Amino acid sequence: MSALDLFWLVVALPFAGAALNGLFLPNRKSLVTAVALGAPGLSLPTALAALWQYGHGIAPAPFEQILWTWNAGELVIPVAFLLDPLSAVMVTVVTVVGFLIHVYAVGYMAGHRGYQRFFAYMNLFMGAMLLLVLGNNFLVTFVGWEGVGLCSYLLIGFYYEEEFPPYAGRKAFIVNRVGDFAFLVGMFALASRYGTLEYRTLFAAVAADPAGAVAPYLLGLSFAGFVALCLFVGAMGKSAQIPLYVWLPDAMAGPTPVSALIHAATMVTAGVYMVVRANVLYQLSPGVALFVAGVGAATALFAATIGLAQDDIKKVLAYSTVSQLGYMFVGAGVGAYTAAIFHLGTHAFFKALLFLGAGSVIHALSGEQDIRKMGGLAKVLPATYGTFLVATVAIAGIPPLAGFFSKDEILAGAFAGGHYVLWGIGLLTAGLTACYMWRLLTLVFWGEFRGTAEARAHAHESPRVMTVPLLLLAVGAVTAGWIGIPSGMTFGKDLNWLHHWLAPVVRPLGGGEAPGLSHGVEWVLIVASVAVAVLGILVARSLWGRRGVAADDAVAARLPGVQRTLANKYWVDELYDATVVRGTWGLAALLHRFDARIIDGLLVNGTRHLTVGIALLSGFFDKYVVDGLVNLVGWLSQTGSRALRRAQTGLVQQYALVLAAGVVALVGLYIVLH
Amino acid sequence: MTVPVAWYLVLAALLFAIGAFGALFRRNGITVFLSIELMLNAANLTLVAYSREIAELSARITGQMVVFFALAVAAAEAAVGLALFIAIFRQRETIDLNRLNLMRW
Repeated sequence: MSALDLFWLVVALPFAGAALNGLFLPNRKSLVTAVALGAPGLSLPTALAALWQYGHGIAPAPFEQILWTWNAGELVIPVAFLLDPLSAVMVTVVTVVGFLIHVYAVGYMAGHRGYQRFFAYMNLFMGAMLLLVLGNNFLVTFVGWEGVGLCSYLLIGFYYEEEFPPYAGRKAFIVNRVGDFAFLVGMFALASRYGTLEYRTLFAAVAADPAGAVAPYLLGLSFAGFVALCLFVGAMGKSAQIPLYVWLPDAMAGPTPVSALIHAATMVTAGVYMVVRANVLYQLSPGVALFVAGVGAATALFAATIGLAQDDIKKVLAYSTVSQLGYMFVGAGVGAYTAAIFHLGTHAFFKALLFLGAGSVIHALSGEQDIRKMGGLAKVLPATYGTFLVATVAIAGIPPLAGFFSKDEILAGAFAGGHYVLWGIGLLTAGLTACYMWRLLTLVFWGEFRGTAEARAHAHESPRVMTVPLLLLAVGAVTAGWIGIPSGMTFGKDLNWLHHWLAPVVRPLGGGEAPGLSHGVEWVLIVASVAVAVLGILVARSLWGRRGVAADDAVAARLPGVQRTLANKYWVDELYDATVVRGTWGLAALLHRFDARIIDGLLVNGTRHLTVGIALLSGFFDKYVVDGLVNLVGWLSQTGSRALRRAQTGLVQQYALVLAAGVVALVGLYIVLH
Repeated sequence: MTVPVAWYLVLAALLFAIGAFGALFRRNGITVFLSIELMLNAANLTLVAYSREIAELSARITGQMVVFFALAVAAAEAAVGLALFIAIFRQRETIDLNRLNLMRW
C-alpha cells in the first residue's frame, strides 16, 4: 500500500479532529490540545508522504482518488480528490503553514475560555481548505469554499461577547455571499454546457473546442468569458478584491492566529487558486483576464496606500494582505499563473509570520494593537523582532528573501505581456509596500516605548510554543523563493523549479511558451524593483525612523487631505454603508411596510374582516331565519295545543257523550249513504 | 200466542235508550252505573230474543250462554264499580261525576 492510498486521510483527519473537539471530547486541556494538534499534525506527514511518492514518478500523471460518486440525475459528481502539480503546491502550503499556526495558537489561546471551541473551528477550517484545494471538481471545491467561509465567519466572531467581532463576522459572511452567488452561476453554466464539473474532463472539453467556448454567449461575452467572469467575481469575494474587499480588514476582529491562517495565508488565496485552476477559461477570454489583472492592480495600489496610514498593527497587515492578493491577481490576469501561485506560496509564509509576530506583540502588550503606543520592543521581544524583521524584508522584496522572487516574477510577467501600465502600478505598489512595512517595523520595534510604564514592565517574550513556529516560518520566508529563481539571475542556468513543476497545469492553450524576456531586460526589471523597494524603505526611514510617530502628524500637516483620506480608507466603508447597507435596510423597511400593510393589512386582516362580516350575516340568518322557523314550529304547537287541550275536561260523561254522538253520526252517515 | 221478536227488540231498544240517557246525563255515579247495567241487560234481552228464533239447538244455547257470561261479568263489574265508588267517596266525600275531574287539562 502506498501513501497515495491513504491520501483521503489528509482531508479526513482535520475533520475528525473538529468533530472530536467540537462534539465529543470533554473540555480537558491536554486532551483538547492533543487532538487539535494531532489532526493537522498527522495530516501533514500523510500529505508530504503522498507528495513525495507523487513527485517521484510513482504517479506522474495527475492522481485521483474517488471516494464515492454522487449521481444527481444527468450530472455525475464524483466526490474525489485530485493531486496534480497545482494542488500539490496548495496542499503543501496549507498543511505546513496551517500546522505551524496551530502550534502557535496553542500558546496564543492558552487560558482562553473558548480554547476547545477555537481548535474545533481551526481543524474544521483545515479540513474545508484541504477539501477546497483537493477537490477534483468544482462542486467539491465549492463545498470546501463554503466550508472555509463558514469557519471564517465562526472565527471572526470568536469573541462573541464583544460587540464588534460578531458584526465583522456577519459582514464577512454577507460580502462573501455576493461572490459565492456568481461562483454558483458560473458553475451552473459549466454544468449545463459540458455536463460535468470535473476539472480534467471539463478543461479538456473546453480546450478541445475553443471555437465553441469563445462564441458569443451572454452580455456580449463569450461562454468562456462569462464563466471566467463569474468565477472571478466569486474570487473577488473570497480573495478580498475591489469592490468586495471590505470584509477582510474587519476580519481582524478574530484571534490573531485566525488572521494569520485564514485571512492571510490560506483561505483568502482560494480565489487565486481557483482562477489558476480554471486558467484555460481565462486564456480563452483575454478581455476578462485583463479585467482580472486590472482589478488586481487597482486593489494592490489602493490597499497599499491605505496601509500607509493605519494605526492598528493588524489593520496594516490586513491591507497589506489585500494588496498582495491584488498582486496575485495581476499575475493570474496577465497569464503568469506560475508567478501567481508562487507569490501565493511565499506570501503564505511571510504574511503568516507577520501576523503571528503581530500576535506575539499583542500578546506581550496584553491586547494592545495601536502602534502609536508601541515602540522599542526589539529589546523586549528579540525572537519576535528578528522573525518580524525577516518577514518585513521578505515582503518588501529585497533579495534573496522569498517575496522578492515571486513579486519580481509577477512584474516580469506583466512586463513581458506588454502590460506596462500594470507593471508600473505593481512597481509603485512594491515601493509603497516597502514603505508601510518599514513604518510598521519602525514604530513597533524601534525608538522609545510610548505606552504606559505598567505595560512596559509587563511586556514579555512569548513562550517557546509561539516562537518556534515563528522561527520555522522565518526559514520559509527566507527560502521559499528559491524554488523559482528567474533564469535571468542565474545567467541562463535554469533553476526555476516551480515553473517546470506547474507547467503541465498552466500550459498555454495554443502550445508554445508564454512570451519571455531577454536576460538584459530581466536584469533591468530586477534592479528597478529592488531600487523601488529600497527607495520605499529609505522614505520610511527618513520619516518614521527619524521622527517616530510624530512623522504621521507631520505628513498630516503637510498633506491634510491625503492623510485624512487614507486614514479613513477612502471612506469606502462609509460609502457602502450609505449605499448598499442603507439601501438594503431601506428595501427591508419597504418590504416590511409592504408586509405590514399589504400582506398583513390588506390580505390577512382583510380576510379577517371579510370572514367576520360573512360570519355576522350567517349569524343573522341563523338567528332569525333558521331559529325563527324552529321557534315558529314551537309556537304553533304550543298555541295549537293550548286550544286543543280544552277538550280534555276530565269529565267521563262528556267523553262518552262525544263517543255516542260520533256513533250516531257515523250510523246516520251510513244510513244516509245507503 | 207467541210474542213476536219485534216486541222484544222494541223493549230492548227502549231499555237501552233509557240506560244510555242515564249513563250520559245523570250526575250520580251509582245511577250512571245502574244505567250501564240497564244497557247491558237490553243487549242480553236482544240476544235471548234472537236465540229463541233459531231452530238449531246448539246455536240457540250459544246465544243464551253468552247472556249468562254477560250477567256474570256484569255482577263482577258491579262489585268492582261499587268498591271504586266507595273508595272515591272516602277520598272526596262525593260521587258527583261533574266534580270528579281530576284528569282535566
